[in-house]
Amino acid sequence: MQLTLNNLAVARGGVTVLQGLSFTLAPGKALILRGPNGSGKTTLLRTLAGLQPPAGGSFDLPPDAVAYAAHADGLKSTLTVAENLTFWAAIYGGPPIDPAMQALDLVALVRRRAGELSAGQKRRLGLARLLVTGRPLWLLDEPTVSLDVASVALFAGVVRQHLGTGGLAVIATHVDLGLPEAQVLDLEPHRARLIAQDGFDEAFA
Amino acid sequence: MKALLLRDLRLAIRTGGGFGLGLAFFFLLSVLVPLGVGPEGGTLARIAPGILWVGALLACLLSLDRIFALDHEDGSLDLLATAPIPLEAVVALKALAHWLVTGLPLTMVAPVLAVFLNLPTAGYPWLTISLILGTPALSVIGAFGAALTVGLRRGGLLLSLLVLPLYVPTLIFGAEVIRRGAEAMSLATPLALLASISLGAVALLPFAAAAAIRVNLR
Repeated sequence: MQLTLNNLAVARGGVTVLQGLSFTLAPGKALILRGPNGSGKTTLLRTLAGLQPPAGGSFDLPPDAVAYAAHADGLKSTLTVAENLTFWAAIYGGPPIDPAMQALDLVALVRRRAGELSAGQKRRLGLARLLVTGRPLWLLDEPTVSLDVASVALFAGVVRQHLGTGGLAVIATHVDLGLPEAQVLDLEPHRARLIAQDGFDEAFA
Repeated sequence: MKALLLRDLRLAIRTGGGFGLGLAFFFLLSVLVPLGVGPEGGTLARIAPGILWVGALLACLLSLDRIFALDHEDGSLDLLATAPIPLEAVVALKALAHWLVTGLPLTMVAPVLAVFLNLPTAGYPWLTISLILGTPALSVIGAFGAALTVGLRRGGLLLSLLVLPLYVPTLIFGAEVIRRGAEAMSLATPLALLASISLGAVALLPFAAAAAIRVNLR
């Protein structure tokens, strides 16, 4: 599969934030989104995840291809690490959770409640969910927030392995994940400008 | 899909809150009303069906905002919306889970509490039947209201205002079934209407609620 964007525009709260996005992402490739805060990285990811309709243009994706990892990890604090992960595995058709637990170094925390984990451990559990979805396209919104250096390296390895099996990833991040093969998309040139360029004094002229 | 239902039940039991609170409220109401009304004449027996239904309805209302708000806060609702399960099924399962932890326990304790309210003996089977038929509508209508208010901070009051008018038909026919049952009158009409409200709500509202959630997630 591949991801194709045709002149895509995305809007937040009815205001277009990005426009004219066109690219193709081939299997095994990652795309890093760069842009300042508020430039529309999250909005673009939510649009690709199907949570909101595009404001213009279109994108091509096979159905059921996307695994989305948002700012919030979707963890239930009263469930244990294993229960949280088993739930998502069951939702996505029940793959075993052990490889995901090992890949993100969660094995020692199996019986801990998610509410008792540190911020970084919660993040690792949230990212482990990606592995049990079995989806080819990962949409990652600031995946390395609250991860330490070792965990970032661990996670970069997980992403690289995913790409190695023909997966795709679109990643909004400010941290260098050390993925040499990743394409970088700078969102700055695509930011939508306000149509009215004249000052507000125009109304009084 | 079973996983979602089991998760919601497990969360309801572990977190407490909703499930115990509704039952405690129902119990308190049924204990306090006889103390307030007093034992004279047949007053208590006459108002018992209405009190029991109002109690069940308000107890149900207490835990409604938890149906989607908690999942929205921790981000699971976004993730469920992108999961392979259709959102309509998510709504239906969450309403079912809500019914299993509120409507069903309320139905089971209602005959015991009806003793406090001096409900005539002939009314007991109809009390259980009317609650079993009516409470699913409370959960599904409530899930619809919760879906409409999902993104709002402190949406609880708005949720009550939206949902209570929709509960009125269920309340009227539910209480009517018990009243007629207690007085050994014909009750086919209110029973059929009560059942049809529940069936209609279960059939249609998951679609409306899923549409509301999609709009609220944008």
